Amino acid sequence: MNKPLRRIAIFCGLLILALLIRDNWLQYVKADSLRTDTKNRRVLIARYSTPRGDIVVDGEPITGSKKTPSKSLNDFAYKRTYKDGAMWSPVTGYASQAFGATQLESIEDGILTGDDDRLFFRNTLDMLTGKEKQGGNVVTTLNGAAQKAAYDGLKKIGGKGAAVALDPETGAILALASYPSYDPSTFAGNSLSTDSKAWTKLLKKNNPSDPMLNRALRETYPPGSTFKVVTAAAALENGLYTSADQATDSPVPYTLPDTRQPLKNEGSIACKNVSMREALRVSCNSVFGKIGADLGKDKMLEEAKKFGFNAQQFVPVRSNASNFPEKMDRPQTALSSIGQFETAATPLQMAMVASAVANNGTLMKPYMVDKLQAPSLDVISQTKPEELSRPLSEKNAQILQSMMETVVQSGTGKNAQISGATVGGKTGTAQHGVNNSEKPYAWFISYAKLSDGSSPVAVAVVVEDEHANRDDISGGGLAAPIAKNVMEAVIKNKK
Amino acid sequence: MSSSTNATTHHTSTIGSIGTPSRRNTELALLVFAVAIPVFAYANVGLAIDNKVPAGLLSYGVGLGLLAGIGHLVVRKFAPYADPLLLPLATLLNGLGLVAIWRLDQSKLLQSIDVAGDKASKQLIYTAMGIALFVAVLVFLKDHRVLQRYTYISMAGALVLLLLPLVPGLGADVFGAKIWIQIGSFTIQPGEFAKIVLAIFFAGYLMVKRDALALASRRFMGLYLPRGRDLGPILVVWGISILILVFETDLGTSLLFFGMFVIMLYVATERTSWIVFGLLMSAVGAVGVASFEPHIQTRVQAWLNPLGEYKASQAGVKDGIVHSEQAMQALWAFGSGGTLGTGWGQGHSELIRFAANSDFILATFGEELGLAGIMAILLIYGLIVERGVRTALAARDPFGKLLAIGLSGAFALQVFVVAGGVMGLIPLTGMTMPFLAYGGSSVIANWALIGILIRISDTARRPAPSPAPNPDAEMTQVVRP
Repeated sequence: MNKPLRRIAIFCGLLILALLIRDNWLQYVKADSLRTDTKNRRVLIARYSTPRGDIVVDGEPITGSKKTPSKSLNDFAYKRTYKDGAMWSPVTGYASQAFGATQLESIEDGILTGDDDRLFFRNTLDMLTGKEKQGGNVVTTLNGAAQKAAYDGLKKIGGKGAAVALDPETGAILALASYPSYDPSTFAGNSLSTDSKAWTKLLKKNNPSDPMLNRALRETYPPGSTFKVVTAAAALENGLYTSADQATDSPVPYTLPDTRQPLKNEGSIACKNVSMREALRVSCNSVFGKIGADLGKDKMLEEAKKFGFNAQQFVPVRSNASNFPEKMDRPQTALSSIGQFETAATPLQMAMVASAVANNGTLMKPYMVDKLQAPSLDVISQTKPEELSRPLSEKNAQILQSMMETVVQSGTGKNAQISGATVGGKTGTAQHGVNNSEKPYAWFISYAKLSDGSSPVAVAVVVEDEHANRDDISGGGLAAPIAKNVMEAVIKNKK
Repeated sequence: MSSSTNATTHHTSTIGSIGTPSRRNTELALLVFAVAIPVFAYANVGLAIDNKVPAGLLSYGVGLGLLAGIGHLVVRKFAPYADPLLLPLATLLNGLGLVAIWRLDQSKLLQSIDVAGDKASKQLIYTAMGIALFVAVLVFLKDHRVLQRYTYISMAGALVLLLLPLVPGLGADVFGAKIWIQIGSFTIQPGEFAKIVLAIFFAGYLMVKRDALALASRRFMGLYLPRGRDLGPILVVWGISILILVFETDLGTSLLFFGMFVIMLYVATERTSWIVFGLLMSAVGAVGVASFEPHIQTRVQAWLNPLGEYKASQAGVKDGIVHSEQAMQALWAFGSGGTLGTGWGQGHSELIRFAANSDFILATFGEELGLAGIMAILLIYGLIVERGVRTALAARDPFGKLLAIGLSGAFALQVFVVAGGVMGLIPLTGMTMPFLAYGGSSVIANWALIGILIRISDTARRPAPSPAPNPDAEMTQVVRP
């Protein structure tokens, strides 16, 4: 009987061996993916087990952490708090015990919780010395005054809208506002009676104005006439016209190519054979529609892509890709070139357009995290400004600048004038809806230049005012004052 | 091998009086470790959770130490030549189990669903009852061969135990498996006891029938095919295990029961053909039942695709929430533990909810002690099995051999089925980790199992009495100058 006994012994050994192998697979090979699985509640427990690090603006935290009352079943120790939550939520996103985290709160979760590998050495030291684990800080590039100007301006009008301000020379985001907004403090916990209710109220299906949408990064609007800046850039870059004051060979009325449909101008402005400067000043559809059609789809698309169209931007929060249509016929190309048809842009995208012009043709990659700090305030990583592309030569950029400055000095953008600074801008009134039945969007993109030639800020503002009289809606009237306030805030801050 | 079916025959082997040393002091030394380690672990949990040494440390340490001490003294008195490892290993596992159960008692989440709270003190009482049964086995069972007399009574007893949960009013359906009986406020899993009683029946039955089973067969394609009439008992056992599977929806017990039978049959007959038949029949049974039994199907699905099933149950698309949820929670617990674990008391295995301290207790070890801890625990189980098999090898009578291999084989199978289920190697079954898991039936029955193994090992290792003085020897004696 001993021979089968020995075989059974081997069999039992194999059973244990199988368990050992399985355990190694589970706890060694697969451990990391199981440990960090987003469905694994321990991820959340860890996120809220210690005070989170802060998101910092102008050296001051705009977030905080509060100990949750130790109720019997709550396994989360700390809750997120926000200062001026509604104003900053497009920047911070939210970190909620019940509903997870988004945007910066989610992207930089490792630093904020202190779990990031780059903090490993420090955490090990803390563990040995018995100190509680601490989270690091995320220092943003934002400018508090500019953000406040943007948010307050949008709030005053009361419609939906967004504003983005960039530093043209670095690409640093100075303001990122969206209205209507939400205060992430209201659902940072996991109480069914308060947090869940607040959350439910904010959902789009219960709240048609969709306050949780980050309009500055995630909503694309038809850019309307502001897109004419891109079209003008394409004309200069491709040598269609070599100066701002050269007469364009453009008839009025201009009939869309291959059709009998005339492309109308707003009101009774003079657009026949005017220069590009004049066409931009009064916003002639006929001139820029013809330029787009003359250049053709490919050249327009190429220039639009250089400005950042048709690609998502990561700042590091993802922005939606703006759209310049890739498939279209000639009349559609003409329409697209004045920011209609399927052309759609995020406010960030249009701010990038203005910033590239202001920065003498070089488009910097937009970013909003300046540096990541360890709990000790040591810098873990510092963002270096990066060039994204060169949509314009320096000479052409200066031509375009003088055109945009004319718009503000004596054109549709007068509302954006700032004493002591040179402002260049472009208004836009974008029609949308079936047969343009809905109220148009008011756009304004601009930049400011100081006497020393530096250009500290470029802004894009879009406003959708449901309450305004249709004829009153114009980029110059609604959006330009907000842009002006934002630029002034940045300039004042700089002095 | 001594070949005697006569219980009254005494040691007929030729082993001399210089037998194996008794090793009782080794056992005592190991027991000190087996008690000290859980006591340290207990202090560790208290420090991690409350930042202070738990108040019950002394009473707990004394309690465990006392039980181990009683066990040791009884072994020293009644089974002096027993294997020295079995008692310390079982004590260590039992002690670690108590610590883990106490640790889960601290979870407010588990308290709120009435799974934890005072379970560690109850488990300590069950442990005391287990040790009491262990002592009773050693005191009253002077020779394991006595059990042969109860072969057919055992069969009847095992059948009653196995079928008890099906009696209306007595059986309790807990989360889909009908393996409990409820008497007043007590719930008992008769399957745990049936395991031992069945091993006694199989050992007694196979010892008598093994020649017939082994020799009367026809050779066909290299295999010895059993005769039709010899297939009878294996078919009956197969049938009963299928019945358990179908009516009690208890995959674990059914597998354990059938596996144990095949192992013992193989050892008794030394015929590989029985294994082939065993595997074939269990495969046929399992596939057959799984094709129409929804409870088993749920578990198989939860095993094949735990995350998918978890998400589906979360989204409310499918029911069967319980199993996939637990399976996935257990996998996360293991993954979060990683190589070294989070440390006692610092994991979140309470997320497994209702079976966290019973069927799924291994996940708590996995999370808090990590890969290192689980490997140690699996090796301890492996050692117990190894000592059991060694006892079977050393036993001098076929009944003892069969009984020892049956019990240790069943023990190994149970560890494999439970640990494999919790770790997602095989579908989940509703069984408990011997000694670690919370539950009276399991602890008590497994202490009895260790008691029987110790009794057999004592008989096996006991030196044969010195041969009677041989008058002839005197004549050849060398006279020293």
